Amino acid sequence: MSDTTTANKNAPAPAETTLLPPVDVFEDAGGITLTADLPGVPKDKLHLQVEAETLTIEGEMKLDMPEGMESTHVEIASPRYRRVFTLSKELDTEKVTAEFDQGVLKLRIPKLAHAQPRKVEIRVE
Amino acid sequence: MFYRTLFPRDLFAELDRLQRELQQSYDLSPSIRGFARGGFPAMNIGNTPQSVEIYAFAPGLDPAGIDVQIEKGVLTIAGERKVDLPPQDGKATVHIDERFAGRFRRVLTLPDDIDPNAVSARYRDGVLHVSIQRRAAAQPRRIAIQ
Repeated sequence: MSDTTTANKNAPAPAETTLLPPVDVFEDAGGITLTADLPGVPKDKLHLQVEAETLTIEGEMKLDMPEGMESTHVEIASPRYRRVFTLSKELDTEKVTAEFDQGVLKLRIPKLAHAQPRKVEIRVE
Repeated sequence: MFYRTLFPRDLFAELDRLQRELQQSYDLSPSIRGFARGGFPAMNIGNTPQSVEIYAFAPGLDPAGIDVQIEKGVLTIAGERKVDLPPQDGKATVHIDERFAGRFRRVLTLPDDIDPNAVSARYRDGVLHVSIQRRAAAQPRRIAIQ
C-alpha cells in the first residue's frame, strides 16, 4: 500500500488545493488498518472509493461560522481533504470496513484468504 | 545583507538563516506569544463585531478530556490524544505514522474587549469551536444626530 497523492501525475488535479489528511497505517497478519484525521467533516460529507487498486479518501468540512466573520489567523486554509492510496493485490477490497467518529476515520482492509500467512514447515533431514 | 552573500563563510548557516527569515516574514505575528504554526491542534481564528471565534482542529478526543481555560485574557486549550498504533510486539508493522499523539497545549492572547463570562465551547466532528462574546460597551454604536 503506497501513497500516490503527490506522485500520481496522471490523475486529474482537483480544481482547488486540498488538504492532505495525516494518516497512520499498520499491517498485521490479517490485513491493513488505516486511520486518518479529517476534523470538521460530518459523516455525510465523507466519500470513500475503492476502484481497482486505488483507494480515495475525500471529505468536505462543514463548520458553523457566524455571519460576517472575518478570519484573522488561518492554519487550515481549505475546506476539502483528499488523499489517494494504491492498494496491493493481496488485499480484499470487497471487504473493507469503515468507521468514522469525531473526525477520525478508521479503515480495515483484510487480506484475501489465500494471502493469509501459513506457517511453512521446514524439514530437516 | 548584500555583502554577507558575497562572502559566504558557511553555506549551510546562510541557508538556515535565509529559511528562518522567510519563515518569519511568512508568519509575522504582532503577538508576544506568536503563533506556533504546525502545532497540534491546528487553529483558525475569526472575528465578528460581537464575538471572537476560535476553531481548534483536534479530532478523536474525548470532549471531557479537553481543558479550555481563559485567564487574564489568555486562552489555553490543553489535553491528550492517546496513541492509536498497535503495541510494538513485533506482530504488526507500522508503515505510516503521521498522526499526532501525546499531550498538547496551545495558548493564545485574546483581544481586550472580550467578556470571559460569555464563552461557549462545542466539540463536533473533531473540531472544538470556542465562541467568546465581546463586551457590549466595546461594540460599535451608531450615534444618532439630533
